[in-house]
Amino acid sequence: MAETKAPAQRPLSPHLQIYRPMLTMMMSIVHRITGAALYFGTIILAWWLLAAAAGQNAYGVFEGFATSWFGRIVLFGYTWALLHHMLGGIRHFIWDLGYGFGPEEREWLVLANLVGSITLTVLLWLFFAMLGMR
Amino acid sequence: MTMRTPLSRVRGFGSARSGTDHFWRQRLTAIANVPLTLGGVILMISLTGRTFPGVRQILGSPLIAVLMLLFVLSITFHMKIGMQVIIEDYVHEEKQKLTLLVLNTFYAVAIGLACAYAILKLSFGV
Repeated sequence: MAETKAPAQRPLSPHLQIYRPMLTMMMSIVHRITGAALYFGTIILAWWLLAAAAGQNAYGVFEGFATSWFGRIVLFGYTWALLHHMLGGIRHFIWDLGYGFGPEEREWLVLANLVGSITLTVLLWLFFAMLGMR
Repeated sequence: MTMRTPLSRVRGFGSARSGTDHFWRQRLTAIANVPLTLGGVILMISLTGRTFPGVRQILGSPLIAVLMLLFVLSITFHMKIGMQVIIEDYVHEEKQKLTLLVLNTFYAVAIGLACAYAILKLSFGV
């Protein structure tokens, strides 16, 4: 009988490091990263709601976090990740429906995704800052 | 007695017709997430700087509470499927993968339930 040989270590399918970085590819990765960040960021949402349900003291602790510099940076990042992932989702809907696959269209879509999410986040926080100054 | 191999039999049956389940649910919750997220973000911003009783009153009002319930259920379902895809993509060792998949489900259910409980408690005021 022939001896059973261990399967040869053959290369798997080419992965990220093989390709030249492109905007569509980078934004695909960013979509996944923002999704994962939001996954853990949802703890903040749960904390906020539970604190409001628990009482004045618990809510005060949350507010202390939310208005601290660290908390503001986290919440700013959370807002951006949320809006970016949302706009990225809309981009995927467009692609799911079969539109926007042309070389210029797809580049335009991912760029609009990035510019749109940053602009919306900044506008929302400016609005938020104006509310605070009332 | 049949001479067909198990593989051939399975091929004969065709697909199980359930392969697109996650794909579909991910999009279904994503569609719901778009308006609910926009509403949620606007709500959170409009509640900053308000007094504690004011926040409680608004979060507990029927329309806001129902929208917030839909919001947290839709996003927790969506993020559960999303993280499952990430785990299945990157973790290939069977025991590790199963452990992470279990933890993923537990986490998503715990977060969803905690949020839902808080909203209901604010609504019913107990």
